Amino acid sequence: MLLKKYLGPLNKENPILVQVLGVCSALAVTAQVKPAVVMGISVAVVCGFSNLILSLLRNTIPQRVRIIVQLVIVAALVIIVDQFLKAYFYDISKMLSVFVSLIITNCIVMGRIEAFALSHKPIPSFIDGLANGIGYGLVLLIVSFFRELLGSGTLWNHQVIPQSFYSNGYLNNGLMVLPPMALIIIGVIIWIQRSIHKELQEE
Amino acid sequence: MKHYSNRYIFIYVTVLVLIVATVLSIIVNRLKPLQDYNKETEKIQQILSAAGYEGIDRNEVQKLFSEISDELVVDKTGAVISRYNSGTFSEGNIRAFDIDDKTEYLKAINGEDYHLPIFAINNNVFVVPVHGKGLWGPIWGYVAVADDGKTIVGTAFSHDSETPGLGGEISSEKFQSGFKGKKIFDRNNNFVSVKVIKGGVTNSNCDPQYAADAISGATSTSKGVDDMLRTCLELYVPFFNNYLK
Repeated sequence: MLLKKYLGPLNKENPILVQVLGVCSALAVTAQVKPAVVMGISVAVVCGFSNLILSLLRNTIPQRVRIIVQLVIVAALVIIVDQFLKAYFYDISKMLSVFVSLIITNCIVMGRIEAFALSHKPIPSFIDGLANGIGYGLVLLIVSFFRELLGSGTLWNHQVIPQSFYSNGYLNNGLMVLPPMALIIIGVIIWIQRSIHKELQEE
Repeated sequence: MKHYSNRYIFIYVTVLVLIVATVLSIIVNRLKPLQDYNKETEKIQQILSAAGYEGIDRNEVQKLFSEISDELVVDKTGAVISRYNSGTFSEGNIRAFDIDDKTEYLKAINGEDYHLPIFAINNNVFVVPVHGKGLWGPIWGYVAVADDGKTIVGTAFSHDSETPGLGGEISSEKFQSGFKGKKIFDRNNNFVSVKVIKGGVTNSNCDPQYAADAISGATSTSKGVDDMLRTCLELYVPFFNNYLK
């Protein structure tokens, strides 16, 4: 029961598919699998730790400057993640470029702080943040899988569609590398998910 | 809802910001040397990859570079004013590696005096830095020119914030292979640069010797590469003419 509650964000309470948060960055970084995975991990880390820290501080934060305090903590965590990637995973940080710093504006982070961390104990908040980040990363992974496979014929930068296909007239779908296709794929995933879980369908 | 006094709010926010600022500055300071080393290694890797040395281990890059490179600095007439090789100066006293090519290009645009860095690899490939504007931010790279002074041997383009999968593809092998063997001077020895053609060279009426394919879906970034090559390589024309022909 407890586990089920925390695993909600992976499926029935998925931040992208059900809560419809953080869609913008999901469109931007999913053209290839590798940056999408690193982005998912980064968001999970930021989301988990910002939830943890703000949950620890929740009884001391004055209501009137609540959002400012949240922003300071989230921004600091994002800068740390960004600097860390630049120092130890230089190549990947270059691929993600500006989108790491844009985690600050990712609605999932602020959304979970407001909706969960400020009213729950630190450990559950941490798990909630982490689970939401992973739920976000999971959708990114699925979307980027299809976009990279069909758009560039590669996965994790390795060629997977054999050259013989191309010689026989197969072409990469150029539309797949453009952001609108990410929106369409997310739409299809939402469609499939709601056909399986009928209770998610709106009246 | 609990009520807090203004005094409490001010102290709370000040203390919080001070703590966060301290933590951040400590972390950033600690990671700085690693990041600088990464940047330096990346620059050398790019120079070497433009010259055809691909996939060299990160740890050996710096050593290899000092062995095979001559760092030249030329002035605007194309005359070599400084030459640095494996740790010593044989002419002048400016290291090409330390020159910020972006500021030099700006000086050139403003009509001031400028110095240009050139990296001679094995004395037969001349790598020059280029700098330009992409769609979202700066793009830059290195162009390696053969010792005939006009044939491109290879390129290594980079970007800061181009969209992954679109403009970001300028650093891909596929896009860059389009520049190999292209000429930057025409038969009459006029500087023509290499044009980046939207829709592909084969569908246009451009001479394929002086043109490469653009990236579909990334028109602005492709145009940025075109502008970058033309404006930056033009500055090196005196050097190519004087020194290599």
